[in-house]
Amino acid sequence: MIRVKAHDIEQLARLIGVLPLAPEGWVHAAKELPLARRGLDDIVARAEADVAFRARLVADLESALAEEGYEPSPPTLEALRERYSKE
Amino acid sequence: MPGGSDAELVARCRSGDALAWSELVDRFSRYVYAICVQAFRLPEHDAEDVFQEVFAKVYEHLDRLRDDDAIRPWIGQLTRRTCIDRLRSRSREEVTEDVEPEGVDESLQTIAESLAVHEAMAGLPDNCRDILDRFFARDESYKVIGEALGLPGGTIASRISRCLEKLKAAMEENVEVARPVSG
Repeated sequence: MIRVKAHDIEQLARLIGVLPLAPEGWVHAAKELPLARRGLDDIVARAEADVAFRARLVADLESALAEEGYEPSPPTLEALRERYSKE
Repeated sequence: MPGGSDAELVARCRSGDALAWSELVDRFSRYVYAICVQAFRLPEHDAEDVFQEVFAKVYEHLDRLRDDDAIRPWIGQLTRRTCIDRLRSRSREEVTEDVEPEGVDESLQTIAESLAVHEAMAGLPDNCRDILDRFFARDESYKVIGEALGLPGGTIASRISRCLEKLKAAMEENVEVARPVSG
């Protein structure tokens, strides 16, 4: 564990200021990761079980998802794009 | 520490506790952000990508962490490596060294010390954490702090002073507890 060597008041005040809040939207998106990951897993599982759906994902990812009512977050969409654009 | 030790928090994440991941992000978001924008001076859009990538890696590989107490240095290293990868990917040259900004080690040390101070703040009574954080980390005025916390604006300066004394005492107590026994 990191220890602060000297504990004078000025140093403590300066150290508090070293860690500003991360932007709220970034933190929110990071907190949503488990949810996004579950959405990703659902789509991948379905694509593995449904050849036609998989083919539509490969042909036009965004349209195939929209037609099926999926509204993936940007990180999920990016992960899917990476997975299916290589096919 | 509110929410438990780092190891306890990691164990809760592994057990599927829905709130634990959110707490983990809260606990380390400033740390990751500071490494990106202060130590590595990444522009905002690169910092955002690295920030999300780091938490995605943490989420994916949490099971591989051998020592749950080591999550802090692990996240620090992960962030550092991800920042370096980002800097290299932005460079057209085949650079293998010197992509790190000058003084990065000192910055990382200061950021880690700051994280320890923020953790000590979390255990302080009487709105101290909020007051100190708003004044020193968010640059809020006495007036804004007073309004946000329902406190008379004229008392904020003296509260800051008292809270800093409490923080100093808390930090010294931590060192006493942590000091190795000798002899």
